[in-house]
Amino acid sequence: MDLATFLVQCLNAVQYGLLLFLVASGLTLIFGIMGVINLAHGSFYMVGAYLAFAIAPLFGQNFLLMLVVGVLLAAAFGYALEWAFYSYLYQREHLQQVLMTYALILVFEELRSLLVGNDVHGVAAPQWLAGSIELGALMSYPVYRLFASAACIVVALALYYVVNRTRLGMMIRAGASNRDMVRGLGIDIRRLYRIVFAAGVALAALAGMIAAPMSSVYPGMGNHVLIICFVVVVIGGIGSITGALIASLLVGAVDTFGKVFFAELSGIGVYVLMAIILVWRPEGLMKRSY
Amino acid sequence: MSRLPDWLLPTVAAVALAALPAVLTPYLHDLVVKIVILAIFALSLELLAGTTGLVSFGHAAFYGLGAYTAALTAAWSDSPSLLWLLPLSIAVPALYALFVGALSLRTKGVYFIMVTLAFAQMAYFVFHDTKFGGGSDGVYLTNKPTLKVGSTMLLDTDQRLPFYYFTLGALVFTYALLALLKRSRFGHALAGIRVNEQRMRAAGFRSYGYKLAAFVIAGALAGLAGFLLALKDGFVNPELLSWHESGAVLLMIILGGLGHLRGAVIGAIAFVLLKEALSTQGLVGPLAEHWQLTLGATIIAFVALLPRGLIGIGSKG
Repeated sequence: MDLATFLVQCLNAVQYGLLLFLVASGLTLIFGIMGVINLAHGSFYMVGAYLAFAIAPLFGQNFLLMLVVGVLLAAAFGYALEWAFYSYLYQREHLQQVLMTYALILVFEELRSLLVGNDVHGVAAPQWLAGSIELGALMSYPVYRLFASAACIVVALALYYVVNRTRLGMMIRAGASNRDMVRGLGIDIRRLYRIVFAAGVALAALAGMIAAPMSSVYPGMGNHVLIICFVVVVIGGIGSITGALIASLLVGAVDTFGKVFFAELSGIGVYVLMAIILVWRPEGLMKRSY
Repeated sequence: MSRLPDWLLPTVAAVALAALPAVLTPYLHDLVVKIVILAIFALSLELLAGTTGLVSFGHAAFYGLGAYTAALTAAWSDSPSLLWLLPLSIAVPALYALFVGALSLRTKGVYFIMVTLAFAQMAYFVFHDTKFGGGSDGVYLTNKPTLKVGSTMLLDTDQRLPFYYFTLGALVFTYALLALLKRSRFGHALAGIRVNEQRMRAAGFRSYGYKLAAFVIAGALAGLAGFLLALKDGFVNPELLSWHESGAVLLMIILGGLGHLRGAVIGAIAFVLLKEALSTQGLVGPLAEHWQLTLGATIIAFVALLPRGLIGIGSKG
């Protein structure tokens, strides 16, 4: 492998890892704070991608505005969903959470097939992001992928700021380490839950919208992402955003380079990585401290 | 109402099932065989999730592995014998369960749920992405195994009626085995681990070993169910190991009622019939095409209204 190829693969790995981080950060927050196993999280990614497919023609070249509107719509959707379904799950056992969110996947998939059909759709990247950059004589790298990475980094930084520097973030961190104590201190935990859930849905949907022009929009796209994000959350340690970031980048690298070196067995690489890390650290890289 | 003895209902049910083929149409015959196989699968998970409190979300891996072992090794011989095909199809998933269990039992709760899921996905991708088991197309099992003594045919699984009784026998065996296990010292230790693992450890039980043993037994029994499925369909594909299948079997045992062997069987019956009813045009009209939607909605309503499962309906409190 020459240097240019290697660099391109590195860029791919980082871009994929960052995209995973957007989905996994919401998943790990919902786990860590509400204690809910949300199998339907991959569906939110799918919802985002289909949302991009549906509203992209309305915005033309205003891709950024479309992302903002999409995120707001997704957050509203998450807020309503929490109110209607998830708020009943907090007191239930894990098994029942698994069951209800599994049922939600079935419902979302079928609604998607009713509304948009089962065809694969493409979403065009806006013209100002459509070109590619020449790397050496033979290689080129699409500008849109660079934009995707940059957008993910901006979101990750914003997330870091909110969680570590704001009052809301303080409540979120407190909720992740001791739910009952937060409630005891008089913080409206139900509103906090609703906000965190809506944010998680918005992040997953944003990832879906960003991914749509790269991967096209197809049935079942949420499921693959969901499982990989479980791996990310387990590797990173449940409830830890830093852990999710490290794990996302690791998984992105293993997956991308796995495809380069072992094309046939590439699907297995990330699970082997997870097995190794769990033998070494059964509670993930960033064990949540109480 | 005075309490009936525990063995009475299952025995009556087994006798009724044994008498069924006389009155069944071919379609219903197939449906009953499918229910019996899924009941074995659900029972195997019940040992883990219901008795021991270990919620595995990757149980389909062992089911699929049993099916694949049967399909791939049956091709070794023109007329494979049950004597080696059946033990092999149980041993391979049991070994994989030993490996997965040894690693995943180091984790607890949510981690365990997701780690078992990830290991199942790993197995899924091995069969889906490599040519080893026919890739995503799967493989056919054309040489159905037989049981012969000398030249006398004792059991030919290619024939409908003997195969029916063979699967029914497997269900009775599984149910009886698990019922005995639950009454044994081993079973009580598992129940103790479910209730309070810390206390069991303090009482001197090495909980890891007990849990691993339960995991391997459950994997072996799931392999048995997969083996039977491969014989029934004559065909296996990677979807058998997929997480949808793992979710479906969890659904069955929760649907029936967790913590009771009969709950797993009732759940398997309810699940198959529900799915069948929701995808039958005559019953639900144009919605039949969208059975996933109605099934999903039914499950949501079920979780909201019947947290204790179907067998919780009659009992108080």
